Amino acid sequence: MIALVIRRIIQSIIVMLAVALVAFTLFRYVGDPVSQMVGQETSIADMERLREELGLNDPIIVQFARFVWNTVQGKFGISYRLGRPVNQLFAERLPATLELSLIAALFSLIVGIPMGVYTGLYPDRVLSKLFQAISLIGISLPTFLIGILLILFFGVLLRWLPTFGRGEVIQLGWWSTGLLTISGLKAIIMPAFTLGMFQLTLIMRMVRSEMMEVLRTDYIKFARARGLTDRAVNFGHALKNTMVPVITITGLQIGSIIAFALITETVFQWPGMGLLFLQAIQFADIPVMSTYLILIAFFFVVINLIVDILYHVVDPRLRFDRAVVAG
Amino acid sequence: MYLNFMKSTARIQDSVHRFFDSDIWFSFKKSKVTVVAACVTALIMLSAFAAPLIAPHNPFDPASLDLMDAFTPPFWFEGGTTKFLLGTDDQGRDIFSTILYGSRISLLVGFASMLLAMVIGITLGLISGYIGGAVESLIMRIADVQISFPAYLIAMLIYGVALSLLPNERHDELAIWVLILAIGVSNWVHFARTVRGSTLVEKNKEYVQSARVIGRRRATIMFRHILPNVMGPVLVIATIGLAVAIITEATLSFLGVGVPPTRPSLGTLIRIGQDFLFAGEWWIVIFPGVALAVLILAVNLLGDWLRDALNPKLR
Repeated sequence: MIALVIRRIIQSIIVMLAVALVAFTLFRYVGDPVSQMVGQETSIADMERLREELGLNDPIIVQFARFVWNTVQGKFGISYRLGRPVNQLFAERLPATLELSLIAALFSLIVGIPMGVYTGLYPDRVLSKLFQAISLIGISLPTFLIGILLILFFGVLLRWLPTFGRGEVIQLGWWSTGLLTISGLKAIIMPAFTLGMFQLTLIMRMVRSEMMEVLRTDYIKFARARGLTDRAVNFGHALKNTMVPVITITGLQIGSIIAFALITETVFQWPGMGLLFLQAIQFADIPVMSTYLILIAFFFVVINLIVDILYHVVDPRLRFDRAVVAG
Repeated sequence: MYLNFMKSTARIQDSVHRFFDSDIWFSFKKSKVTVVAACVTALIMLSAFAAPLIAPHNPFDPASLDLMDAFTPPFWFEGGTTKFLLGTDDQGRDIFSTILYGSRISLLVGFASMLLAMVIGITLGLISGYIGGAVESLIMRIADVQISFPAYLIAMLIYGVALSLLPNERHDELAIWVLILAIGVSNWVHFARTVRGSTLVEKNKEYVQSARVIGRRRATIMFRHILPNVMGPVLVIATIGLAVAIITEATLSFLGVGVPPTRPSLGTLIRIGQDFLFAGEWWIVIFPGVALAVLILAVNLLGDWLRDALNPKLR
């Protein structure tokens, strides 16, 4: 077990180094960092001095090492566009994105699992067909289109919900939360629904197929033969065994929810990290771009690591297989 | 000469017969949803292809635009005319015509980037499956890292970097090619993984061994002998990949990092229309949105059917 954890951690570090290399290449070679920082009338001698101060004349490997060291310490440089330290910018935006992603993930789980169980148990009922149709539409409609349709109905026509921003936020230390005010809660409904919709269809489809698979197995037939109630069989025996893959996939999906938040943030003008990154792309603001890349990669790698380890803790069969292969 | 001609027509007739006798055609006919999806896809592609002939107006000819026509609602609403079936946008452009021209761009970018992804994926998949060793593990590790990020994010990054390397004044004309490159490069992994998997199975079969024994070159064996035998699953991925590429293009254009507003795709039209949603001019955004959704849904349904039809386990 410990060997596995160590191996996974080493793999994660290699992935992060690869991403850091991409970010460093961006940072160093796309545009000239010096000419981005200084004004028009700076003399060539001054630029040369700045170049020396920034260490841009050192060997590449030294520069890369320094880049990694700075990144580990959370020093991401200064935004070309806004002239402020990048880590400050991201610290302001992080709570908005994480709150949105968390609510969206909860929504997709709480709605998706029951829908999947129902369609798995009664595949021929009318309601199941309806759920199936909804999931097909959910996969075919691009995220931004769902958001726009919601804005049209609930924002413009019915005027029930705000169409942009986070509403009122409360500061808790450095974390700003919109979940404690009425306007903040109203503001998060549509973005969270939009962001969670795609994950919801994924979860629903997966729970459904897992359910149908499990219901065909012998131990379910045996449980029925013992005369257990439907409820005990369906939920005590069947559902329990479908949960392992569901938990894994959901865990892995949290990373992509954070990444996909960018689209939702644009539609609803949600002041998160994604919006920051999008503006950075349009202005070729490389420090912000490479920081976003590193942050998203970091979330992915950490989540993958945790899920991988949990998977082995939860499912004893996996550990056994591995031992046999290794032995 | 004449005999040759007869032979080749006979061969074509033969393959046509074989196609109509095949299981694929049978399962196609049997599934009504698929037939409808195929018809819808064909209709959209045809009308996009023939846009200059069908479209009642040319929305990109500034001379034909009249600002007095701006914000005309669809013809079945008060104030609408049959001159503009689905209404007009803020510049007086006919929505129906912009949709026809826009789906042209969407389909062009979608097809081109899907083909690029396919070519990259097949080549790398064949190489890593057939040659193996260090090349294989390098390619597959890159694939592993890339697939753990959403494709649209990688496409955005490539797009942003490519444009900051290119001179500013050429952005608008090059944007569409940069976009195709970005989406293509971000979607090759599924092709490569599938082709590699099938190649690993095929390369130990007798026909490959015989080809090797008679001394054919590695490239010939890979592309002439193995490739035709691994194309089945590639077709399925290509169909779903087309839907993915169209969604990615629309998303990037919607975010403002796609095709320039001078040659709008469906995604750009939706982006432009979003600004007028609050003023109640919903038709500027809804009709392009419906066109996009119908196109993606139809292609997805075709992909689903093809996957089931080519899967021998489900027969």
